[in-house]
Amino acid sequence: MIEVNLITGRTIEQGASMEISKLSDEYTKATAICELDSEDMTQLGIKDGDNVKVSSVAGSVIVKARNATQGPHKGMAFIPMGPWANSITGTGSDSTGMPPFKGIDVKIEEAKAEKVLSARELIEEVYRGI
Amino acid sequence: MQESLSKRCTVASDVVCPFCGTLCDDIEVDVKDNKITDVRHACRIGTAKFFSVLEEGRPTKPLIRKNGVMVETTVDTAVKKAAEILKKSIRPLLYGWSSTSCEAHAHGIAIAEEVGGVIDGTTSVCHGPSVLAIQDVGCPSCTLAEVKNRADLVIYWGCNPMHAHPRHLSRYTIYPRGYFRERGHQDRELIVIDVRKTDTAKIANKFIKVDYGRDYELLGAIRAAVNGNEINAEVVGGVTKEEIQKLAEKLKNCQFGVIFFGMGLTMTSAKHRNIDNAICLTKDLNRHTKFSIMPMRGHYNVTGFGEVLTWQTGYPYAVDFSTGYPRYNPGETSANDVLQRGEADAALIVASDPVAHFPRKSVEYLAKMPLIYIGPHHTPTSLLADVFIPSTFVGIETGGTAYRMDTVPLYAKKVVDGPKGVLSDEEILERIYKEIVRGK
Repeated sequence: MIEVNLITGRTIEQGASMEISKLSDEYTKATAICELDSEDMTQLGIKDGDNVKVSSVAGSVIVKARNATQGPHKGMAFIPMGPWANSITGTGSDSTGMPPFKGIDVKIEEAKAEKVLSARELIEEVYRGI
Repeated sequence: MQESLSKRCTVASDVVCPFCGTLCDDIEVDVKDNKITDVRHACRIGTAKFFSVLEEGRPTKPLIRKNGVMVETTVDTAVKKAAEILKKSIRPLLYGWSSTSCEAHAHGIAIAEEVGGVIDGTTSVCHGPSVLAIQDVGCPSCTLAEVKNRADLVIYWGCNPMHAHPRHLSRYTIYPRGYFRERGHQDRELIVIDVRKTDTAKIANKFIKVDYGRDYELLGAIRAAVNGNEINAEVVGGVTKEEIQKLAEKLKNCQFGVIFFGMGLTMTSAKHRNIDNAICLTKDLNRHTKFSIMPMRGHYNVTGFGEVLTWQTGYPYAVDFSTGYPRYNPGETSANDVLQRGEADAALIVASDPVAHFPRKSVEYLAKMPLIYIGPHHTPTSLLADVFIPSTFVGIETGGTAYRMDTVPLYAKKVVDGPKGVLSDEEILERIYKEIVRGK
């Protein structure tokens, strides 16, 4: 397990697949990922494509670990904006209206046996029953 | 439109791309038998958006939730149901608006006023803090055409246009030849300041890596150097004093500089204070040379919603009509705050997808309340909706006005007809409004 700083944001792959459909496999493939520095991946004992569990005080989510292509950024993780990232973004806005989408303290652990849910499965599982 | 004999199709030229705030207006779209067959000049995301009108299984009939299951209904029934939900609600939230036309915005704002709701745009989760800073200290800005023709120094701070605004550099900032920059990128310098060496940083003349959450301090140190003051630290935000001093000299000595900034400033800890400091740096630099600053607005008409809401209510986002007149207090009247305090009891979501893009706690509240969704696709938000009215794509199937990130309005034209029976956001909202006020 490692503790890192999580930031979320746009990638061109997330943007293009979002326009195809957020319920498509392309969108899950582009967005249900966590970009990690190679040193952090070595410390976790995982390789590109392995599933990881990312947890914050708000909750946890399973995503695929990916080698960061816009690094190095040891100690920092990046998840593209979308329902997977927002399963773990926190509350409040410091009286500005802006939620904390960057700078989230998260724990990352190897979760090779667990499944990455599609956007539809994630929404149904997390929110539909509420 | 022109007839292209060789391809036996119609070519629509100078089409405005309805994806990001760059609002590229040089797109060419081939149309054959009312179907888009080719898209030229658009970026990867814009191209995907034009072709998304052809999505297999695209919803064309309104849906209403009955006994937990969404069932097809007529537009009239869906409009009536939506009006009923909004009329019954004590504190409805009307949210989204960044991917539709200004004409649709006007109807949405009229509904908010009529039902005493809170109306907010996606601004509150992108450049809301920039608006707060601009209201505090002003904004020395310019148009993108001025950047293209004049800028010799371009800074991207906390933004990654290679991913989020893919043609920003080629149309306006670095690569185009301008009136005073005849040699294009050879006459310009690009500096990127970010916490990661992004794909934009990789093509920059200079990349400055700032420590996460230390932008405010770095901006302050650059201001000190620009203003001739001593920097009382060897390293600020991960950047050495010498590097800051060199950067300050470079900024002071350019002919026309511009800072573009993004979520790296608006979303990190100091939020609007980061922008406040960046604007003040721009002001300081204008004592030495010409400098401008501009937010990298995300969705293609997020700027337009701010314009329309301002000319109708006096405020650009997070407007609360519950007292009978417009009140504005971001942090209280902004969408996520209203949701996370559990105040809203119904929601109308138009041209956005908060279930995908809001934090978990906000979505948990959205899931609990009657939810009306108007948009062209099935999305995570449509999955939780109780009423879903599919609409046409503005800028592809319906014309409408949109504002570019530099607040220049452009008319996004219609290229093809939408699916039979599917109305525009503007028409749907107008019908909901009429239903709400009917018999009054």
